[in-house]
Amino acid sequence: MLVKRKPDLTYADVTPKGLYMGRRNFLLGAIATYGAVSVYRRLPDWFGGKAKGSVPVPIQGVRKWPGSTTETETPLEKATHYNNFYEFGSDKSDPAQNAKNFVTTPWSVSVEGEVEKPRKFTMDEIMHLAPLEERIYRHRCVEAWSIVVPWIGYSFSTIAKLVQPTSKARYVAFQSYYNPEVMPWAAGTGIQFPYVEGLRIDEAMHPLALLCVGMYGDTLYNQDGAPVRMILPWKYGYKSIKSLVKIRFVKDQPDTTWNNYSSSEYGFYSNVNPNVDTVPWSQEYETRLGPGLGLFTAKIRTRMWNGYDEVASLYSGMNLRKDH
Amino acid sequence: MNRILTSKWTKVFVFVLCLLPLADLGLRIFAAASPGVLGSWFSNGLSANPVKFIEHFTGGWTLRFLVITLAITPLRKILRQPNLIRFRRMFGLFAFFYVSLHFATWIVLDHWQQWSWASIWADLLKRPFIAVGFAGFLLLVPLAITSTAGWIRRLGGKRWRMLHRVIYIAAVLGVIHFYWLVKSDKREPLLYGAIFAALFLWRIGTWLVQRRRAAANIRKPSVSAESA
Repeated sequence: MLVKRKPDLTYADVTPKGLYMGRRNFLLGAIATYGAVSVYRRLPDWFGGKAKGSVPVPIQGVRKWPGSTTETETPLEKATHYNNFYEFGSDKSDPAQNAKNFVTTPWSVSVEGEVEKPRKFTMDEIMHLAPLEERIYRHRCVEAWSIVVPWIGYSFSTIAKLVQPTSKARYVAFQSYYNPEVMPWAAGTGIQFPYVEGLRIDEAMHPLALLCVGMYGDTLYNQDGAPVRMILPWKYGYKSIKSLVKIRFVKDQPDTTWNNYSSSEYGFYSNVNPNVDTVPWSQEYETRLGPGLGLFTAKIRTRMWNGYDEVASLYSGMNLRKDH
Repeated sequence: MNRILTSKWTKVFVFVLCLLPLADLGLRIFAAASPGVLGSWFSNGLSANPVKFIEHFTGGWTLRFLVITLAITPLRKILRQPNLIRFRRMFGLFAFFYVSLHFATWIVLDHWQQWSWASIWADLLKRPFIAVGFAGFLLLVPLAITSTAGWIRRLGGKRWRMLHRVIYIAAVLGVIHFYWLVKSDKREPLLYGAIFAALFLWRIGTWLVQRRRAAANIRKPSVSAESA
């Protein structure tokens, strides 16, 4: 038996050709867009070649420092892909990309100047001068963002005691590694190289001042200042000099890179201070780079000395607005 | 060439092209919000500081669309392609679209959970680069509103053109805004400054040439009168 059924689709239901083509073009366009953007994003990986630089290795036998903050740690991925290390480029994503071929072996740090026993320390010696501690510090950048990082190292005073500063030593000058062939991105970033920093000797001898050789259980990542750097948690990040090669005990206040660039904005002390702004940033609040998306996060109030009140006595009697 | 420039599909194609940055940003946000879905392709695509990333991203595209918009007139003349004018409004409106996203990110995300007119006002007063950027944004608002054919008619071509010269001021403010916000590596803002300067100089140059020609045309009849 032949049952004639009404067709459920008629010519009236056929999508007009124009609309169909439009939709097809739109879909093709969307796919092409996605493809083009993805390819563009992967270009650096394809053309960058295999990284030839030093890579972090786990550090054994690190003990926990009791003074660590209990605040939520910044994920490793964020702390290692959002860096200011102008030797490898001025964009925050540059150092992770450009420091891949940075070789940090062999390495030594020369300690000299107004000291009884000037000395060159090899990296192996530095790793064993004192028991290594994991210290979880807040780290506040002058650009009004902050991270919480488990650094590994020991107090800088360890080194100082070994070389015995003379009575003339009133300041400590630090210098970063600089080789324009290894760091061609540095030229043009607007600041001078090699990068130099400095501390008053009592600041350098404060137990919080960390000579840092590792982070998150490993030796330092290249983009975070491998193989050895300073960490000064009560100061803006740029004071914590990276990839240290020279430490000089001196009589007079040394030059510092950012102070040379603009002494009105970047003072010699550069202590974290919510009451003194640094153009173009307000220092009242900071964006904490924590786990999660980070699109809808409240800023937190910046604390004096970044919350490390134990350093306050170093600056008693000083005008912190003038000597910022 | 003219057939391509006047085709409706070219306009659609260029429109989709102008949306690519938005698609890029959308994918980055999607990948960051749902880790693993797009694999590692867009991992860390918003950086560790997403609000700043979106601000820099949308700000950068605003400047790029301002450059494209201001390049249309010189390109029309140099390439002898007057039909390029068909795209100028679209580029200008895309500059406004991206600056609106830029502004909205600052207003909403940058003040998340601390939102108040007072804090936004304080931000404006405390940080001159924000005030300059804000002024540039405000200047673009009337241009976007009067971008329709209706408004051109209502204002009259001459007054409309006068008003839309405000885009030059907005571009300069945009470059100053960018220049003041970068710490020391001023190369990128200076590059934008140089491009805008070139586009302005081209206009001044053609204006001077036209003026001299006009002057010569006025003199000519008197010359012929003398010889007569």
